[in-house]
Amino acid sequence: MKGQRFSCPVLVVQGLVISLLVLGCGLNAFAQDATTTEDTRLFDTAKIWIFLAVILYSATVVYCIYHARSGKELFIRRIPGLEAVDEAIGRATEMGRSIMYILGLGGVSNVATIASMNILSQVAQKTADYETPLRVPCNDPIVMNVVQEMVKTAYLNEGRPDAYNEENIFFLTESQFAYAAGVDGMMVREQPAAVFLQGTFFAESLILAETGNSIGAIQIAGTDKEHQLPFFIAACDYTLIGEELFAASAYLSREPMLLGSLKGQDYGKVMIFGAIVIGVILELFGITWMTTFFQRVR
Amino acid sequence: MELIGIWVAAMLTLCIYSFLYRDNPFYRFAEHLFVGISVGYGIVLTYHQGFKPFAWNPLQEAVTEQEWIGLVRLIPIGIGVLFFARLVPSQGWLIRYPIAILIGVGSGLAIPNVMRADIFEQVHGTLAPFAQIHAGELSRFQIFGVVLMLIGVISTLTYFFFSVEHRGVVGGVSKIGIVFLMIGFGSAFGNTVMGRVSLLIQRVDFLLHDWLHLI
Repeated sequence: MKGQRFSCPVLVVQGLVISLLVLGCGLNAFAQDATTTEDTRLFDTAKIWIFLAVILYSATVVYCIYHARSGKELFIRRIPGLEAVDEAIGRATEMGRSIMYILGLGGVSNVATIASMNILSQVAQKTADYETPLRVPCNDPIVMNVVQEMVKTAYLNEGRPDAYNEENIFFLTESQFAYAAGVDGMMVREQPAAVFLQGTFFAESLILAETGNSIGAIQIAGTDKEHQLPFFIAACDYTLIGEELFAASAYLSREPMLLGSLKGQDYGKVMIFGAIVIGVILELFGITWMTTFFQRVR
Repeated sequence: MELIGIWVAAMLTLCIYSFLYRDNPFYRFAEHLFVGISVGYGIVLTYHQGFKPFAWNPLQEAVTEQEWIGLVRLIPIGIGVLFFARLVPSQGWLIRYPIAILIGVGSGLAIPNVMRADIFEQVHGTLAPFAQIHAGELSRFQIFGVVLMLIGVISTLTYFFFSVEHRGVVGGVSKIGIVFLMIGFGSAFGNTVMGRVSLLIQRVDFLLHDWLHLI
């Protein structure tokens, strides 16, 4: 697959153009707003409730993180897909084959991609221990850069910097189906023993999962895209459904900070749960202020 | 020229479909061509739609028209250039700044939208039908549907509690949630497969009609 990797000059041009596009877009939007919009308010009061909700939620998460850091052990329920991570890595090691980790099509600021990179970091620590080759074809050059740093750090943390091979984490293409075609070809030719599909996926999800299934690899998938989950459930051995993907890094690392954050998220769900139950009771008695409130929040 | 285009498209379609049999040189050729062209196309596209209009042209304009305020764009350009710090191993740490800005801006933009679309609007959507029940606007069948939706929302939400052991009542409710999830996934699966079949039909139509003129 060396022909599919791209040399530094290509990545340099691609990276420059993308970074300038992203950063330039923001500035241009700012410049256009400054010239065409007459609204000079610094704060959009229509969004005050969203702001307050974010503050309340953030405060809950921060409180839980501090609580977790105080040393109290926090419970986290069993997530079967994540318990299979060790099994998948062990299998690849025993068979002497590689592990393929696919982060999907999300950019570096995509929440699912960030969660996926956290899982990758945990997987990389284990592969560093076992000296199992970890192949990561990337769809985004910026994601590739971040992933290279994360995996390198994971190998360093395990005391195995010699086992780290930067060429195993490479940019393929940004085009959705060209990426799918490239990864499929790699899967068939390299026959990885384990395939991780974690992140943001679109129509290519079934193409990738089906190919991984056809080569007999143990597959652990996870995405926040509910329309792609059915394909992963059908074609993969284990699937992290929606928020399980975000809970994964806490589950694998058991770090107090991440566990505390997860606990805080659960409290957030309790608030939503409570709002729904109270709202339903009020609505049935003809008290509509709660529905009106949620309708007005924009 | 159009005829050549149709033949090339038909051949490449067959090359890609040959993967259904097994990996082979034809698929490999199409795969490498696809990847290579997409990267080349991407570079040209981002140059014309990103670099020129957002960086080069405004800077050129600022210099030629001596509107020095336009040079403020050098700040984001400079931050963007830090992405290449990785190419100089001793300065590789500088890449953390543009990445931190990207992640920070991305999260900052996403969080309020998620709060509005995934929480406030979803809660409103769950509650609104109960106002209609109170007003007597819904039939018995529709009321059944609304109650079913409420059970689905609550049980599915329960499934996603991570800091509670799924045993007893919580375990039972979360199992109901899984049933709702699987029904939802099943319908989404069927819906998407229908869409994919229509894509296949389009491709077969291209091969049989545009290329072979059989239909």
